[in-house]
Amino acid sequence: MNSRSLQTTIIFLVIGGILALALGGFFGTASRQFTSVFIDIQTWIFTRFRGFQDLVTAPGDIVALRQENANLEAQVSQLQAQLIELQQRVNETEILAALVDFSRSNPESTYKAASVIGRDPSPFLHYIIINRGSNDGIQRGMPVVTNQGLVGRVDAVIADAARVQLITDPASSVNVYLQNADTSAVLYGSVTGDISLDLISQDVTVEPGDLVLTSGLGGGYPADLIIGQVVTLRTLEFELFQQATVQPAVDFTRLEIVLVITNFRPVDITPLVPTSP
Amino acid sequence: MRNLIAFPLLGLAVIFQSALVSEIQLLSGYADLPMLIIAAWALQERVDSAWHWAALACLLVGFVSSLPWIIFVVGYFGIVYIARILQRRVWQAPLLAMFSVVFIGTLFMHILSFGVLTVLGAPFSLSDVATLITLPALLLNMLFSIPVYTLMRDLFYWVYPSEVME
Repeated sequence: MNSRSLQTTIIFLVIGGILALALGGFFGTASRQFTSVFIDIQTWIFTRFRGFQDLVTAPGDIVALRQENANLEAQVSQLQAQLIELQQRVNETEILAALVDFSRSNPESTYKAASVIGRDPSPFLHYIIINRGSNDGIQRGMPVVTNQGLVGRVDAVIADAARVQLITDPASSVNVYLQNADTSAVLYGSVTGDISLDLISQDVTVEPGDLVLTSGLGGGYPADLIIGQVVTLRTLEFELFQQATVQPAVDFTRLEIVLVITNFRPVDITPLVPTSP
Repeated sequence: MRNLIAFPLLGLAVIFQSALVSEIQLLSGYADLPMLIIAAWALQERVDSAWHWAALACLLVGFVSSLPWIIFVVGYFGIVYIARILQRRVWQAPLLAMFSVVFIGTLFMHILSFGVLTVLGAPFSLSDVATLITLPALLLNMLFSIPVYTLMRDLFYWVYPSEVME
């Protein structure tokens, strides 16, 4: 063995030894960094190679795969549409079940269910349009409710539709009864859709949370229909009456199905109201 | 004869207004689709049926709405009148004319509604009406006026095809 080959052998042994020690973890931090770099490089090369391998060995019928993918996507879309439709039916069934419960718990009235199909074209008014009309026995003045409470009353009727004035309409007024305070008041609507009480006597104590029901006075609505709860009270000493804001029991922004009370006939008390001479 | 398209178009507009547009609320205001259609149609040059369209819109919207008919009759005919005046004066900038008509028309309709309803006894606060109904409705009408004008322009070319020059 000549000196050159001996030199090469020694160099290889030294470097190989250092490498073996490094891979064996004998150099501590330096060893870990070395193996880390090694693993990173190996990972990079392996992933590139696997990508290249996939490209080369990919199945030739890619057209068929694409077709299958398109079919599956179409199927997913169809199932999603079905899911939405079923969800809508579930919601509708829940509403109808609640309305049936309500009608069973109030057997003194007869009801006709109707779907809300539109609103008044003018933003100044709070009216809804329902898909039941005179063909279904609906008449002007009939009260409209949901299982949550009073909605309003029928204002105009055609053969297959009717227009309902909501209690939130600015021109609406309902005679009400405050259950806890044992007193009467009048409920008014407003442009914003909020409802408020007026004509509450000054000597009556009204608390937030008091239940507001229809009183039946005036003959416009049947008695004891839930309207909402008192939220805030405004009492000023120099005014004749107290006012209060009311949180309605019905969510008027999400009305879908309502019940028309068909066995209630509003009483026109106009001839009985005394006129000034 | 092609002007008869007004019947299905305005019928659909009233249905859309009642079922869809009135659900797209900004505060308490929403757009007035029949008014936009009337305004856009009246702004087209050579259109001679704008008054008829306005009358039909009054009939249809008045049938659905609880507002007194007089508001729609005065409002829609007033808007056609304003549009015809502006069409002759700002004909080179039709979209600007559309914005002007929609702006003036919305204010006109709302002032009219406010006045008539107040006279009829509905308790309205002017500041509430201005901030919660009129200003949001004005913004929505302005937004909707661009696509409505474009659609009505296309409809105009169909109803009044250009004469073939020989």
